[in-house]
Amino acid sequence: MKERLQELQQEAIAKVETASALKELNDVRVAYLGKKGPITEVLRGMGKLSAEERPVMGALANEVREAIASKIEEKQTALEAAEVERKLASETIDVTLPGRPVKAGTHHPLTSVVEEVEDLFLGMGYEVAEGPEVEQDYYNFEALNLPKGHPARDMQDTFYITEETLLRTHTSTVQARVMNKNEGKGPVKIICPGKVYRRDDDDATHSHQFMQIEGLVVDENIRMSDLKGTLEVFVKKMFGADREIRLRPSFFPFTEPSVEVDVSCAKCGGKGCNVCKQTGWIEILGAGMVHPNVLEMAGYDSTKYRGFAFGIGVERIAMLKHGVDDIRHFYTNDVRFLDQFKQV
Amino acid sequence: MFVSYRWLQEYVDLSGVTAEELADKITKSGIEVEGVENLNKGISGVVIGHVVEREQHPNADKLSRCQVDLGGGEIVQIVCGAPNVAQGQKVAVAKVGAVLPGNFKIKRAKLRGEESNGMICSLQELGIESKLVAKDYQEGIFVFPSDAEVGADALDALNLNDEVLELGLTPNRSDCLSMLGVAHEVAAILRREVKYPSVNVQTSDEQAADYISVKVEAKEDNPLYVARVVKNVKIAPSPLWMQTRLMAAGIRPHNNVVDITNYILLEYGQPLHAFDYDRLGSKEIVVRHASEGEKFVTLDDQERVLKGNQLVITNGSEPVALAGVMGGANSEVKDDTVNVLIESAYFKGLTVRQASKDHGLRSEASARFEKGIDPNRTRVAADRAAELMAEYASGEVVSGTVEVDTLTVEPAVVAVSLGRINDVLGTELLMEEVQDIMNRLQFENKVEDETIVVTVPTRRGDITIEEDIVEEVARMYGYDNLPTTLPVTVATPGKLTEYQLGRRKVRRFLEGAGLAQTTTYSLTSAGKATQFALNATSTIGLAMPMSEDRSILRQSLVPHLLEAVKHNNARQSDSIALYETGSVFLSKGEGELPDEQERVAGAITGLWHAHGWQGEKKVVDFYVIKGVLEGLFAQLGLEKRISYAPVKKDGMHPGRTAAVWLDEKEIGYVGQVHPVAQKQYGLRETYVFELHLQELLAADVEEVRYSAIPRFPSITRDIALVVDKNVLGGEVQRVIYAAGGELLKDVTVFDLYEGERMEEGKKSVAFSLRYLDPERTLTDEEVAKAHGAVLEAVEKEFGATLRS
Repeated sequence: MKERLQELQQEAIAKVETASALKELNDVRVAYLGKKGPITEVLRGMGKLSAEERPVMGALANEVREAIASKIEEKQTALEAAEVERKLASETIDVTLPGRPVKAGTHHPLTSVVEEVEDLFLGMGYEVAEGPEVEQDYYNFEALNLPKGHPARDMQDTFYITEETLLRTHTSTVQARVMNKNEGKGPVKIICPGKVYRRDDDDATHSHQFMQIEGLVVDENIRMSDLKGTLEVFVKKMFGADREIRLRPSFFPFTEPSVEVDVSCAKCGGKGCNVCKQTGWIEILGAGMVHPNVLEMAGYDSTKYRGFAFGIGVERIAMLKHGVDDIRHFYTNDVRFLDQFKQV
Repeated sequence: MFVSYRWLQEYVDLSGVTAEELADKITKSGIEVEGVENLNKGISGVVIGHVVEREQHPNADKLSRCQVDLGGGEIVQIVCGAPNVAQGQKVAVAKVGAVLPGNFKIKRAKLRGEESNGMICSLQELGIESKLVAKDYQEGIFVFPSDAEVGADALDALNLNDEVLELGLTPNRSDCLSMLGVAHEVAAILRREVKYPSVNVQTSDEQAADYISVKVEAKEDNPLYVARVVKNVKIAPSPLWMQTRLMAAGIRPHNNVVDITNYILLEYGQPLHAFDYDRLGSKEIVVRHASEGEKFVTLDDQERVLKGNQLVITNGSEPVALAGVMGGANSEVKDDTVNVLIESAYFKGLTVRQASKDHGLRSEASARFEKGIDPNRTRVAADRAAELMAEYASGEVVSGTVEVDTLTVEPAVVAVSLGRINDVLGTELLMEEVQDIMNRLQFENKVEDETIVVTVPTRRGDITIEEDIVEEVARMYGYDNLPTTLPVTVATPGKLTEYQLGRRKVRRFLEGAGLAQTTTYSLTSAGKATQFALNATSTIGLAMPMSEDRSILRQSLVPHLLEAVKHNNARQSDSIALYETGSVFLSKGEGELPDEQERVAGAITGLWHAHGWQGEKKVVDFYVIKGVLEGLFAQLGLEKRISYAPVKKDGMHPGRTAAVWLDEKEIGYVGQVHPVAQKQYGLRETYVFELHLQELLAADVEEVRYSAIPRFPSITRDIALVVDKNVLGGEVQRVIYAAGGELLKDVTVFDLYEGERMEEGKKSVAFSLRYLDPERTLTDEEVAKAHGAVLEAVEKEFGATLRS
């Protein structure tokens, strides 16, 4: 009997080893370990054995069973793994082919500049103020110390609608409106982005419609050095920490003193190149201390309050930042242009 | 203002400072020098030659063969094509080997068989703009005065070895529209002196008052009028140095009398006018307002129709000049003029400006009057002109002037404390430093305690208040030297408004959905102004548009978006998805500011999605663009409050356009552009939307309140309902929601069938209904009850039956 069991074990293990599919392995399991299998049959003859032999033989039979079962288990794991391998191999794809596109739209480069500037000044406690694009002559000119017939009105060719209404020529209009609303109280800290219009023929550097961001701070102790410091923060943030600014005296009717602000050329670092027309500097904005007439007209006591204001040309910033050479690109909306600004 | 470096040296010592260095210093202290032009333009080898003989070229009608003495005994033959070349002339000769502007080299040549050793030059050939060349030399060579030195450098004689600084003057600095004004500025910068010309008029015994009387009827507009008479002038070219200075300043020489008036204008900034005394037609000058419609021919031979607010100089009956703008043809100084009346006057800037604008006539004179001249130079300018006419036109100056003077000239006195200066600038200047700056500017001043009292010279009419003095201090001190600080104010919260945040959210969503942001023009044509508008009003047009295409303010963003789509379609980009946020302008009546409403609009065409190698593509249709809006509304928390209804709208497809409603308000539309409009714009099938952004963002949206994640399973029931074809799916969905009660959580459409297996005029719409009770597991009975109510409701409302 013992011999028979050992024989069966060898026989079964040989079959397990040669099995090449899960089904075959299952057949072996049923054939040897099933209720009608040879081991069960052998165990049925146990009745003929003596009381001493019976447990010994029983134990042996179990050992044989376990050995076969464990071999089957082992084989099964191997076969299954091979099966998975085969399946995966058949599922292989070309991972270098392009994926299903998720098309994201683009942010207009002018909006990017506006939002970048907004966020910078929001962080410094400014609010974003907006105003109408069609304005009264009063807010566009008179409240800004440009009475009717003032020669400086020629600096800005204006689209008039009627004698008293016009398309605003600058976002300084919002200054006057916000100051009026604040009724002579400070502090006012605003930036005012928006569209403005001037009678210009559209060409590579002129556009009858463009964007400006006006900045205004009014309070009791505002100094020109505050303006300089603020603009320095702005320039370093927009153009890089190593950029310098230069203030040149200038004239705007609504500020006194008035300055033009240049930033050191990013391309040549100030040595002079074609971008900065050999000067090392690029003009980017106009600024100054709010003219006392403007403060007074808006209801502020100019002996008590002072302020500074600056006006940034959005297109100019975008052109400098991205090397755009034609202002009309911003308004043509060619997708081959817009698509270049995915990351901004 | 063009400033000759050599001329400027006459008024201020420029030794040790090159033109370039000077330009830099002027720019830094306040006046932008826009350019420094070297008049030499790289010319070399041009000398003054004497035409000793001139003959007809044997082989060419239009050429001359000249023998020209170049000095030092050198006589060469030159073939010349100029019609005015003549024997005895002193001319500019570019010798063989000379270089002219544009690196043009002169070589020995044979012209029609005749040897030519150089070129006799016109002024244009020496780099002078044609519009600056005197009429006599326009078509030919330039002829030097007979005393010119043969063999000398022609460029020196023509003052072309000079540099010209182009000043970009802001309107406040009209003082620098004169050489003396610039000299003051430069003197202050360099800490040097200003040298004024000495004026010394020799006069005859006759009295000007015997020749002319002056009456001013419009004293407000003309508070000062000075007349001087110069007799027996000989009209001739002005001296070469004067001509060259005028040309350097951008003024064309005419004759000695006219050139002298222009020279004084440049030197003092005081415009003068010279009348031909004998052509005045009377012995009186009357300054008055023109009568409305009065006609007058100006120097340029144009007839002008005058307006009542314009000021004219008359001879008592008719105008002889448009005050401060231009003289009249009737009294112009000509070659035969003998006696001259010099006018030096102070006209009010606004009046001159308006007249100059009305007639489209901007002259050197009007530019100065407009911005304000120094009233203290009016007399001296007349004197200096008379003196120069005596010297350079052989005139006899009649004694005295005839004047009408109602002008009170009070120099501005401005007191400013040192504390104020330092407070405004953020500096710590000392009084000595401030005073030093005032002294450099030649502003009279005295210090009283901590305040400096400045008497501003009348040439600087722009300085009237404390801040003006502060600015003078700042610019002379140097902005580079200002400290940098940041404003110290009470803390202010920097934040966007709800609306600004909402607008950013809308933009971000649309970009995330695949639409590119655009910026288009607000001005459009009459045809496009109200097209596609949500609610059009009468239009708002410009008073003086530059073109028809940019003449009216838009009332919809869609037309320009469609233009942008077209632009791209025409450039091989077929699949386009664009959006814009921007204002439209609705009229509130003539003269009123319009109602500016902000819109968000989009336009989509072509393929919405394509994944070529996998064979996937989706062509844009109505439900694509509607899906974008649904996504947007969900982001804004409004999805349950938005509804859509079919709508007929100009320019839109009648069967594929929906009005968008927010609660009870119509806030926009979405749909396909009408095929006719598509054709008009040159487009393929294109879908658009436009929404009232302010209404959209004004909706009160509650803060998000968390509700517990359900722990119990939901039960889904699908139904296919057969309804009439014209029944709207959205309506059925709404009725189902209403009938389903608390337990019904979602109703989604999952199928639409209108095919042949349906009865005529019917369609089947299939909905999936999800029931849920968050507190417990639903029983079949409860679902059956709710579901029964749904079926009953749709049958009652639409006659809907379940599809078998």
